[in-house]
Amino acid sequence: MSERISEKLTILSDAAKYDVSCASSGSDRKNENKGLGNASNGICHAYTEDGRCVSLLKILLTNFCIYDCAYCISRKSNDIKRAAFTVQEVVDLTMNFYRRNYIEGLFLSSGIFKNADYTMERLVLVAKKLRTEHRFNGYIHLKTIPGASDELMQEAALYADRLSVNVEMPTRESLRLLAPDKNRNDMLKPMRYIDKALTQNQEEKKLFKKAPTLAPAGQSTQMVIGATPETDLQILYMSHFFYQKIHLKRVYYSGYVPVSNDNRLPAMGTPVPFIRENRLYQADWLMRFYHFRVDEIVSPQEPLLDAQIDPKLSWALRNLQLFPVDINTADYMLIMRIPGIGIQSARKICEARKFSRLGMHHLQKIGIAVNRAKYFITTSDAPVLKDYQPMQIKEFILNEGSSKYQPNFSPQLKLF
Amino acid sequence: MQTVLYDSSFEGFFTAVFEIYEYKIKDPDIQQQGAAPVSLFGGQHTVHTDIAKATRVIKKLEEKLSADAFANIYRVLLSEQPGMENVLFRYIQYALQATQSIETDYSHPDVLWIQQVVRKMGREKHRMEAFIRFLKTKDGLFYATVEPDFNVLPLIRKHFEDRYADQRWLIYDTRRKYGLYYDLHSVTEVTIDFAATLNDKASLRTLHDEQEDLYQSLWRTYFGSTNIQARRNMKLHIQHMPRRYWKYLTEKLPG
Repeated sequence: MSERISEKLTILSDAAKYDVSCASSGSDRKNENKGLGNASNGICHAYTEDGRCVSLLKILLTNFCIYDCAYCISRKSNDIKRAAFTVQEVVDLTMNFYRRNYIEGLFLSSGIFKNADYTMERLVLVAKKLRTEHRFNGYIHLKTIPGASDELMQEAALYADRLSVNVEMPTRESLRLLAPDKNRNDMLKPMRYIDKALTQNQEEKKLFKKAPTLAPAGQSTQMVIGATPETDLQILYMSHFFYQKIHLKRVYYSGYVPVSNDNRLPAMGTPVPFIRENRLYQADWLMRFYHFRVDEIVSPQEPLLDAQIDPKLSWALRNLQLFPVDINTADYMLIMRIPGIGIQSARKICEARKFSRLGMHHLQKIGIAVNRAKYFITTSDAPVLKDYQPMQIKEFILNEGSSKYQPNFSPQLKLF
Repeated sequence: MQTVLYDSSFEGFFTAVFEIYEYKIKDPDIQQQGAAPVSLFGGQHTVHTDIAKATRVIKKLEEKLSADAFANIYRVLLSEQPGMENVLFRYIQYALQATQSIETDYSHPDVLWIQQVVRKMGREKHRMEAFIRFLKTKDGLFYATVEPDFNVLPLIRKHFEDRYADQRWLIYDTRRKYGLYYDLHSVTEVTIDFAATLNDKASLRTLHDEQEDLYQSLWRTYFGSTNIQARRNMKLHIQHMPRRYWKYLTEKLPG
């Protein structure tokens, strides 16, 4: 029995791992019934050897699937081992892992067997059992299955902290090419439905404190990048749409890991587009936390992010007329936009300058990347640097640091 | 310079602060009793912890500092950093003589130092909350042993109490020889010396719940198969899970 469960776990976690979301934050579920667990800030309990956070038990209920999406390891036509957990097995694994402080909760997804409702019903059943029979208050992230009924969606939202539907491909065309059985609208429909339900729920909560909270950590989605020819402009405008129109909490970008010899896709052995993925996340952060507009980051003239430097530095180099910024007087929102200064440092600068005029040595101690910031600021002590051209600054910064991506840009052929 | 010795308690430290003002001790060097060799030069003053004196200092500080900044003093005192008392004393002096709140004056070296130590403590606290691995015994106790860099058990207590309300648990600091025990009602500090029991791995194993090994092995299985080989990045892995923590981590230990 233990060997079988171990084999299932191997198969069904292996199949679930390409979903990059592992967030367990954004909820504030309390342990009020003296049950097990709570969900608050999200803790990474471990990190895999690929450096990704392990916060949730991320598994599929089954990898049997009636669809044949080219980019997916569980596609119908792929010759792989199949397995399915019972509802009770998932519950037991979650409870026992949680009790040992291995995880923050469960991220349950599934291949689609029989039909959408049948699958969704079982996902909901796991969550319901955990919440009601086991008084489990840890984090639960459920995948919503496109095409499942509204009632099931509603029930899923009642037990889960977060719901997500992966749009998978940044555009309708790519989806049609790689997942002919899937329909873009089927994916957007449940997102819109949940969004409406959550907004309505917030209104209800204002009126009746006791109203049950629906999916307190909201919704997220994921796009596979690098499998299809979209530009960063298309991808980021898509994210912008999700954040603005459907109020998603997160959009994940998953650099395509080749899993198929399908000629519609990059060949096996093609490197995972790590840099691009990284730059997209940086751009995403700029939109969500740094108040950048999407059209400040990419434009039709420059639809691709610069791989060599981060999008904030590239924005600054395109807008040198705004610099240098005086650290001692500038607005917080502008300080935050200086390359080498993050949100935390920007806040510290604004606090500290109330006490004394800040010089370079203060900034160094506060922990900002002075080597990067120095081209864009004036302080109480450092002389203003002479006017450099954007290309010169870029050169200086690239030559100073040793980027972990440097080998990718080296013009020298690596022979050994 | 005069050495001021206190008993390493929280109240003891505030009594020391009070007496430095009371006796107008110039250039004090606050040390824990028995921690440092007695200075050959300069005088020496031994503080006897006095709750009334400590309370007066605490009251005054609560007027001058925000609740967060006050809690930070407590955190720094748990950090066991050499010289922390002297930095805290200068910080308190600075706070008392200032007319406005100074707690965010990061251009002041002591304010910045405290903020940095608090950050280190926060990081260690967070790591304990993440990396503690409970083992289940036959009688349903979930226990874990830790060896944190700083004395963070008082800081993680609430987290575990809130979270694991329906199971008995014990977290034991093998370096500082005390632990936290939750009996389904409240958490108490326990100071029994478990070292002998904990070192005898074989007999410890006989105490384990019969499914303990199964779940440990399932967790290792999960940890292995959730990794994406094509994205392997050991540098990042180690940056997030420094080697010195591996000894607690079920998933990093051989099965």
